[in-house]
Amino acid sequence: MPQENDQQHYPHRKEKHEARRDFLKQSSAMMALALTPPLVIKAAQHDEAIAGIFEKMPVSMEINGKKIEVSVEPRVTLLDLLREQLNLTGTKKGCDHGQCGACTVHVNGHRINSCLTLAVMQEGKKITTIEGLANGEQLHPVQEAFIKHDGFQCGYCTPGQIMSAVACIREGHAGSPEEIREFMSGNICRCGAYDNIVHAITEVKQGGKTV
Amino acid sequence: MKKQQTGQSMDRVDGRLKVTGGAKYFADHQLPELLYAALVCSSISNGTIKSINTTKALRAPGVQDVISHLNAPPVPGYKNSDPNAKDGLKIFKDNRIYSNGQPVAIVLANTMERAVHAASLVEVQYNQETHYTDMNANMGKAFQNNRMKDYTRGEADAWKKAPVTIDATYSLPLEVHNPMELAGIIAHWDTPDTLVLYAKTQGVKNVQDTIKRLFQIPEQNITVHSQFVGGGFGMALRVWPLEIATIVAAKKVRKPVKLVITRDQMFTLVGYRPNAVQRLSLGATADGKLTGITHEAVAVTSPYEDFTEGIVSMSKFMYACPNVTTRYKLVPLNISTPIWMRGPGEATGAFALESAIDELSYKLNIDPLELRVLNHADTDPEKDLPFSSKYLKEAYQLGAEKIGWSNRKAAPRSMQEDGMLVGYGMSSGTFGAFRGKATVSATLKADGSLILQSAAADIGPGTATAMVQIAADVTGIAPAKIKFMLGESAYPFAPQQGGSSTVSTLGSAVTDACKALQQKLAGLAISHVPAFKNAAPETIIFEDGQLLRAGQSEKISYETILQQQQLPEVNVVATSQSGEERKKYSMYSFSVHFTKVHVHPATGVVRIKHIVSVADAGTIVNAKTARSQMIGGVVGGIGMALTEEAVMDHRFGRFVNNNYADYHVPVNADTPPTDVYFINKKDPYINPMGSKGMGEIALIGFAAAVSNAVYHATGKRVRDLPITPDKVLDEKGYQQWKLENKMST
Repeated sequence: MPQENDQQHYPHRKEKHEARRDFLKQSSAMMALALTPPLVIKAAQHDEAIAGIFEKMPVSMEINGKKIEVSVEPRVTLLDLLREQLNLTGTKKGCDHGQCGACTVHVNGHRINSCLTLAVMQEGKKITTIEGLANGEQLHPVQEAFIKHDGFQCGYCTPGQIMSAVACIREGHAGSPEEIREFMSGNICRCGAYDNIVHAITEVKQGGKTV
Repeated sequence: MKKQQTGQSMDRVDGRLKVTGGAKYFADHQLPELLYAALVCSSISNGTIKSINTTKALRAPGVQDVISHLNAPPVPGYKNSDPNAKDGLKIFKDNRIYSNGQPVAIVLANTMERAVHAASLVEVQYNQETHYTDMNANMGKAFQNNRMKDYTRGEADAWKKAPVTIDATYSLPLEVHNPMELAGIIAHWDTPDTLVLYAKTQGVKNVQDTIKRLFQIPEQNITVHSQFVGGGFGMALRVWPLEIATIVAAKKVRKPVKLVITRDQMFTLVGYRPNAVQRLSLGATADGKLTGITHEAVAVTSPYEDFTEGIVSMSKFMYACPNVTTRYKLVPLNISTPIWMRGPGEATGAFALESAIDELSYKLNIDPLELRVLNHADTDPEKDLPFSSKYLKEAYQLGAEKIGWSNRKAAPRSMQEDGMLVGYGMSSGTFGAFRGKATVSATLKADGSLILQSAAADIGPGTATAMVQIAADVTGIAPAKIKFMLGESAYPFAPQQGGSSTVSTLGSAVTDACKALQQKLAGLAISHVPAFKNAAPETIIFEDGQLLRAGQSEKISYETILQQQQLPEVNVVATSQSGEERKKYSMYSFSVHFTKVHVHPATGVVRIKHIVSVADAGTIVNAKTARSQMIGGVVGGIGMALTEEAVMDHRFGRFVNNNYADYHVPVNADTPPTDVYFINKKDPYINPMGSKGMGEIALIGFAAAVSNAVYHATGKRVRDLPITPDKVLDEKGYQQWKLENKMST
């Protein structure tokens, strides 16, 4: 199903498939290299430009409403792409293993751990990070509620908590404090602001605003 | 008069930045030509490096350099140090390996992925020696550090002669701070002797001072930025070898270098709460008066530093007892050096003392709350001084009322609810209420706004917010027009954020700076404003951001004085510190924790159902952030009580659960509703605000409140943290549960 949506929203996607085929052709070139004398390979290993072409793939996605096209190594995670290449540093790295939730972002409306997904898997996807949640100067109701209820101390897990909280409400998992605690347990807060986070989410849910 | 700001639940001044992703933590900074670093860490736990082969790593794409003891530029401050001085790990100085995970090389590349991959290509060979990581197996090596000498008040080990005694051993595992933010640093040498750092630290001035000493460059050549810190809990109270390694690497390649360590490296590179074994012995009369306390502790340390903390401190003064003995020893093991972790040693010690008091209460058949009140220390028995303020008895009563202590049946395993065993437990905590020395710069602008600057840190409690409230009350300027700036080494001196002392120390300096600013404005008014000409300075009154003269109606606002004199701003710098009051009074904060737990009779699973914590921490500056401090400490306490334990495989000297999935910090579903209450009575002596500290007492004692509740629920005393189901389970309980639930197997 997501693929159909992608086709609708991203008519240019086909071009990217062709780009991938180009990459495969380049990979064949790599095979050829493997058969060439060691001295040539050694020279190539030292050549940053050659390595760059071999190791990168083009990918395009929409981040916070803005289309971006980048070329990344396949091993680059969505988290590291956001932070290190796109300067979207609101999304945090807490464990890099999908165990803490600090890197939570929305992909096509669903919350995911951006450290556990590769950037090249996001072709044609719509991504929202903490930087894209507010409507200009107008904070999102969950952001407002986190300030009001002091749903944080150091603030490091906060972007992930807020992205998770918005999704938690949208999913219909904010029906009671107990349910919120359960469905927010993928986001660790070492400062221990959980009680305040539950209050913040409860207030937004009960306020009935569309989130 | 304007509304008093101190005590209000003001929203955090940096809240908006934190909820929008705009707050910049050290790793969020980007510099031109930035190189990424990855560490190669030792896979052995004791021995020497035989060889390091970097050929493959250096050939990998994008790699700039691999730096180890073989090629690192020397750290000048290491040169003359005494090899036997036990003054810390000197990274890349030689080939000695003291512990598993010790960095042996740092790899630099132009992307993070390339650095990480290249680090995996570095081949290190070792001469392995026998390592020692098990404290219990190495008790014979225990020694005393002269910072922590034996203490005796009255008769040594007097508990032995008492009619009623408790003599029990409690153990606490190694715990890891694990703040959400990974440790690391960005280092950039602007010139060969000018260094810029983006650091994760609880004190920028401390970083500056350490670097000055190690690299022997002038203080003004070292700039440390650390405006937002993603939690510390003590681990950022010193400069670690990983930071020195990065600074050394940046020096060698003459480019900015960023290192962010991995979660598993957080277990070996940035300290931990040392595991400890404690023997707590109490003697009492039949009617419950303590006659002897002996508290003996043994804790671990590294081979190259003696780490001591206040494990036995609380036992010396918490209860009115004529005879107290404490002993404290260290066992050096092949692990890295511990560091204070929230509540530090006092939290370790409080678990033993407050558990033992609970055990005594059952033996005496006296209510645990009553027993504590019966032995309440009205004055400090250790220092023989009055307390500056102490409302502990009030806190006991308030907590008891709010948790419903009167519903508690005295006998263990006597209460049930929804098929669960129900237990109520309580404990108390205490920590020194300190006040250090700090300097604050206060600048009033011609638009009436006030800028305050000090090189303080904020790891989360809301320092800037509290300082704005304090400044608003002194000056009468609206909080919205006051800005408190911290986290820059260029600002005037402030101590580290540690030991629950920031509001006390910094708030005092803010108060003094604001008062000095007012005096300067008064001076300007007396010299230049006609209505104030020749007024005696003491006749000038400050009210709501204006100057008045006693008995006269004319007023002038602060900004009008500046505007009339065409001054863009007026600046004062004030230094503030404690005085003689600290010699006359004993100063402590106190906390009381009450818990209600459910224990599953068949599985031994403990669920905390309700928590009431009460703090006697003097005047509360911000009720909202203070509550967050308290619930945060409580969550840390839940981890200490029920889940946290770094498990080491002693065959290899490695932690087996060095990640968030296996080292269990409490998650949202582990935490129950928490009710926090403040006595909120001013300490008349400690500082101008009357505020004592809160960060530590929020956690100190909490684990005992849980273990005491588990005992009350089950009749089983768990003296070995964390209280996991295997320790609570017992055959009798299980059989009874099967019978009651008509289970056949």
